Amino acid sequence: MAKITLKVNGEQHSAEAEDRTLLANFLRDELKLTGTHIGCDTSQCGACTVHVDGRAVKSCTMLAAQAEGCEVVTIEGLAKNGKLHPAQAAFTECHALQCGFCTPGMIMTTAALIKEHPAPTDEQIVHGLEGNLCRCTGYLNIVKAVKRAAELQKAK
Amino acid sequence: MYAFQYRRAKSLSEAAEVLAKDEDARPLSGGMTLIPTLKQRLAQPTQLVDIAGLPELGGIDCRNGVLTIGAATRHADVAASKVVQDAIPALACLAAGIGDPQVRNRGTLGGSVANNDPAADYPAAVLALNAKVVTTKREIAADDFFQGMFTTALEPGELIVKIAFPLPKAAAYCKFPHPASGYAMAGVFIAQAGDGLRVAVTGAGASGVFRWAEAEQALAKGISAAAIEKLTLAADDINEDIHGTREYRAQLVKVMATRAAAALSGKK
Repeated sequence: MAKITLKVNGEQHSAEAEDRTLLANFLRDELKLTGTHIGCDTSQCGACTVHVDGRAVKSCTMLAAQAEGCEVVTIEGLAKNGKLHPAQAAFTECHALQCGFCTPGMIMTTAALIKEHPAPTDEQIVHGLEGNLCRCTGYLNIVKAVKRAAELQKAK
Repeated sequence: MYAFQYRRAKSLSEAAEVLAKDEDARPLSGGMTLIPTLKQRLAQPTQLVDIAGLPELGGIDCRNGVLTIGAATRHADVAASKVVQDAIPALACLAAGIGDPQVRNRGTLGGSVANNDPAADYPAAVLALNAKVVTTKREIAADDFFQGMFTTALEPGELIVKIAFPLPKAAAYCKFPHPASGYAMAGVFIAQAGDGLRVAVTGAGASGVFRWAEAEQALAKGISAAAIEKLTLAADDINEDIHGTREYRAQLVKVMATRAAAALSGKK
């Protein structure tokens, strides 16, 4: 066991955890931030995507201990002052989900993607979402939503 | 996962010391292979020594005709580096095509090369570019470094510090990625340097990355797609699995080599 201290969604958190604790489990079980979903648990599906120091990573494939001292943003931390992040607004507007299980990861990846590519092409979107799987195959609306998210971000 | 002790190394020498003392300790860099392996209980290390943040393992530098990249440099940083893009664009392009964005944000050059996965991309670049693997103990030529599937010349406790790529005149990499994982079903890196031309193949060899001698000879006389089209790669030493037969993979290697040669001849 070790004490892990990290900043999550702008707030400093400390909790005891076993060294083998994954960041996804730490967020869900210790910090009760259950918006981060664990889909496949084999590093494929990306439902667990969060930002660590500004980069999209799969939190099921990172130890909580590796995030010690880092700044983590989860889906719960995207909206600011009650206003949805452009990616969240766009997913809602475009109905870019069916069951919604993959959505937190899709949105976190989208938020990183439109930061890197403020006006993404279809190819950049498809390539950029390679680490996120949607078992309902709602990809058409997801791709639309990423484009819309970029527009909303620009209009902000 | 079995229980282990996590420790963040404060220096490269501390990491090397811990690894030398405990043969069941393992270095942890990006963890993109190691953590999934642990989750499946395919390994049971006593300790994980996190080396990813060590400043000694960082940095990208190009001088005197050599591009040097620190072992803990993440794939996304290699892909986005202006220095790499200017020095060896094929290498930046290769890094941009590894796995998916989340993997590229964590996975490292040194981790990939040390792991020597038979379907990883970087080993093809290291071998074709005739790079030197600089470790905590010595410098290892690419031809001596890769020693078969998941096997390298690294000794227990020896860590890759950086990789030095001599600048080629031209280079190209083409791969046929597995549609789910992004790993190479076949990947061919061709590098043309002052002292010759090298063709390295990943994703296909039954013993991991290898040089395709016939392709090197054929292209030495002039780089063209047609030079590769005349060749046949024997399927005997090609890997076979649920994703493809050895004959299919041998054909894929040829197609990827043809594309890489075409890209290279177009550039000249």
